[in-house]
Amino acid sequence: MNYTLRINGETHQVESEPEVPLLWILRDVLGLTGTKFGCGVAACGACTVHVDGRAMRTCTLPVSAVADKHIATIEGPPDVRLQALQAAWIRHQVPQCGYCQSGMLMAAAALLAERAQPSDADIDRAITNICRCGTYQRVRRAIHDAAGKLA
Amino acid sequence: MTFSPGRRRFLLTAGVVGGGLLIGYGLFRERDLLGDPAILPTEGDQVALNAWLKIDGAGHVTVAVPRAEMGQGVYTALPMLVAEELGAAWADVRADQAPVDKVYGNIAVLTDAAPLDPHDHGFVATTLRWSLSRVARVLGVQVTGGSTSVRDAWLPMRTAGAAARDMLTRAAAARLAVPPGELEVSDGKVSHAASGRALSFGALAGEAAALAPPTRIVFREPGERRLLGRPLPRTDVPAKVDGSAQFGADVRNAGTVYAAIRIAPVFGGQLGSFDRAALEARPGVIGVVPLEDALAVVGRTWWHAEQALSAVDVAFSPGPGADVSTADLFARYADAIDADDGFAYEDRGDARAALRGADVLRAEYRAPLLAHACMEPMNCTVRLGDGTADIWCGNQAPDLLRLIAADMLDLPPERIRLHTPLLGGGFGRRAEPDFMRYAIAIAQAVPDQTVQLVYSREQDLQHDTYRPPVLSRFAARLDGEGRIAAWHNHIAGPSVSQATIARAFPGLPLGGPDKTSAEGAAHLPYAVPARRVEHSKVDIPAPVGFWRSVGHSYNAFFTECFVDELAAAAAADPLAFRLAHLHDRPRERRVLTLLEAVSDWGSAPPAGRARGLALHESFHSIVGQVAEVSLDGGQVHVHRVVCVIDCGQVVNPDIVIAQMESGIVFGLTAALYGDTRLEGGRVQQWNFPDYRMLTMKEMPQIETHVIESGAEPGGVGEPGTPPIAPAVANAVSRLLGRRIRSLPLRSALGAG
Ligand code: FES
Ligand code: FES
Repeated sequence: MNYTLRINGETHQVESEPEVPLLWILRDVLGLTGTKFGCGVAACGACTVHVDGRAMRTCTLPVSAVADKHIATIEGPPDVRLQALQAAWIRHQVPQCGYCQSGMLMAAAALLAERAQPSDADIDRAITNICRCGTYQRVRRAIHDAAGKLA
Repeated sequence: MTFSPGRRRFLLTAGVVGGGLLIGYGLFRERDLLGDPAILPTEGDQVALNAWLKIDGAGHVTVAVPRAEMGQGVYTALPMLVAEELGAAWADVRADQAPVDKVYGNIAVLTDAAPLDPHDHGFVATTLRWSLSRVARVLGVQVTGGSTSVRDAWLPMRTAGAAARDMLTRAAAARLAVPPGELEVSDGKVSHAASGRALSFGALAGEAAALAPPTRIVFREPGERRLLGRPLPRTDVPAKVDGSAQFGADVRNAGTVYAAIRIAPVFGGQLGSFDRAALEARPGVIGVVPLEDALAVVGRTWWHAEQALSAVDVAFSPGPGADVSTADLFARYADAIDADDGFAYEDRGDARAALRGADVLRAEYRAPLLAHACMEPMNCTVRLGDGTADIWCGNQAPDLLRLIAADMLDLPPERIRLHTPLLGGGFGRRAEPDFMRYAIAIAQAVPDQTVQLVYSREQDLQHDTYRPPVLSRFAARLDGEGRIAAWHNHIAGPSVSQATIARAFPGLPLGGPDKTSAEGAAHLPYAVPARRVEHSKVDIPAPVGFWRSVGHSYNAFFTECFVDELAAAAAADPLAFRLAHLHDRPRERRVLTLLEAVSDWGSAPPAGRARGLALHESFHSIVGQVAEVSLDGGQVHVHRVVCVIDCGQVVNPDIVIAQMESGIVFGLTAALYGDTRLEGGRVQQWNFPDYRMLTMKEMPQIETHVIESGAEPGGVGEPGTPPIAPAVANAVSRLLGRRIRSLPLRSALGAG
């Protein structure tokens, strides 16, 4: 099948079986490696991107489900929320190994789109990504800080 | 501070230690530490001043970092050592992965491997460390591990910066026609105050590189330091927030093909029959590669390869351990302890005699098998050329991997370019060669292609080199004053070091003691007149390896929980009880005293909560932690962790704090949930849903306090991990009114 994918404002034509997860189209077909593979079963969040503004785990999201939708990855031109989060991530020195951080940032940006000033409980609910380096405390602080800066 | 051959001799004979000499660098001439600048590849107008740094015309300083960046901050802390002595402006400093060369060998990791009390600076211990450092230099083992990076780099990388500063100064002196003594080096330039003139590093680099390195190294006085001790921003962070950071799994060459693998599920099993035609008929499959103990499929994308393997039945013969379960291993350990003495890593006074008769407190503790579960699954990318090979993989031992690759490919090691991209977690797992061996074997079967092998999370969890399960038995007696009079600890488990070396170099004769088995159990800081700590080595069928903090990861749990049991028997406060055994240990006392104040130890915890304490030295750093915990049915909630660390001289305090947070989460995840179970010789857990990780909602508030003791720099990557399990378990025991003696807590509390 041929799919038209709109990723980070650009249009890509991709030849693929319908069930191939978006993650592998991004990484192995288009070379957009900022989105990571961590588990393949929607359990870790490393593969999170935005589909029409919502955070989606791409390791279990078939390409056929996202044709003609707006896909945003960590490499794309950041919207104002992602930009604020990236700046806060640097201020709070959040990343360690960094492998989970693309997914963390995309999940956090989607949270801010839904709730401009999230509470700790909102963060607990929305950020279910796994970080093996244990950066959670700094992630939380940086989300609050970015939200404050955007207010 | 300066040092000269005379001073080195004094240090050797007196056994006195100071600034990096403890680990044995004093043996080498400064010139030998600097290395050959020609080994550094240069781009554009960069020039190398020694094997550790390059400067370009715009004045950017690129530091060759000989260790892997796996989150622990070496791309920042090690360049800081160079930049400080050099006088560079931090904004101009970049980090680059160093090539493979003996000059980058890690001496600290080998001297630390000796089964010695780290506090023993007597003649025998000192001599042994010095001979090991010689061996380390010859081997040039380029290992990232053992929390040694800063400690090992402290002398050579500061020497490299100071030598380059001297060369830049002499170049400027010639240019300005003034004596070098009148020049000042700071912020990336050499200035002459009297005439108000200054030259930038960029303008001087070429001339400086043509000068001979100095024969005498002069370090800056500690009071002159501008960078060390400051929370400078990490060099690797910007690329980690915009997706541009390159991990091993991100290597993409034109025409890369992707491989997935199934390794024999029972350790030691072999590949049996499979339907090759069915595999080849699957969509996107490029090749099928049978290996001795595994089957690999190469696909257009990794998903196509993985799907093909999932869709087709593959048979494996069971290995020799096909009937082994975790419960059997603990039974074997108990038998070994009952049967015989172990190797005594410490034996002072006659502990066994003192522990005959009544009034002896006894306890038996257990710790489970654990997988590393690095966030980035194991992977390796290989491109074979004509008499050359390029290998990209996140790894903790590049020279070792290169040797193994050279042997497999029948090439001289110099013909193999081993690239180390960023590591999505290491924790000891990436010191192993398995994923590279498989990737090379697959690439040999698929010529003229770049082949990238990625383990699925299931393969990553089921084919790890695990933290071994361990059994630990204690017996102790208190004296009339409530002090520990005798302590006997007998541990049983496999030897991690021997298992690791045997995998890398099959056939090498191995034996003797393994310090990692008893580290954190022997040479405890507490004053106990009679003590014996022994270990019985019991091999197990599962491969075991280095897991963040290694022996300390379980021995701290055993010993610090048992100390709490003794405190309870003495009806003493756990903190006061520890202090009473630490009269001659000022650093430990200071950690505990500060911890007492900052954790509100003296005041009652909020209703329904209890506090637990642990103190543990590992990798030359001392860490104390207090955990505030509540219970909700079988669930343990950790609300707050207060952590105090004395890691000696601090290079970057924010990295120290980040590593404490990271080590605590790693240890807490294991303490609460970590349990990799063997049944029928194979690992039962398959992915994160059943190898549970701590997430945001369970994250305690962590408060870290760093003591600047000025002692020799200690490690920070691992020392945060060991104390958290006993701190939490001690709190849980208090809440329950019965002792917790096994991990994970979820199972100990009957929550499955
Ligand atoms: S890789 Fe998609 S959630 Fe883990
Ligand atoms: S930063 Fe390493 S997994 Fe999150």
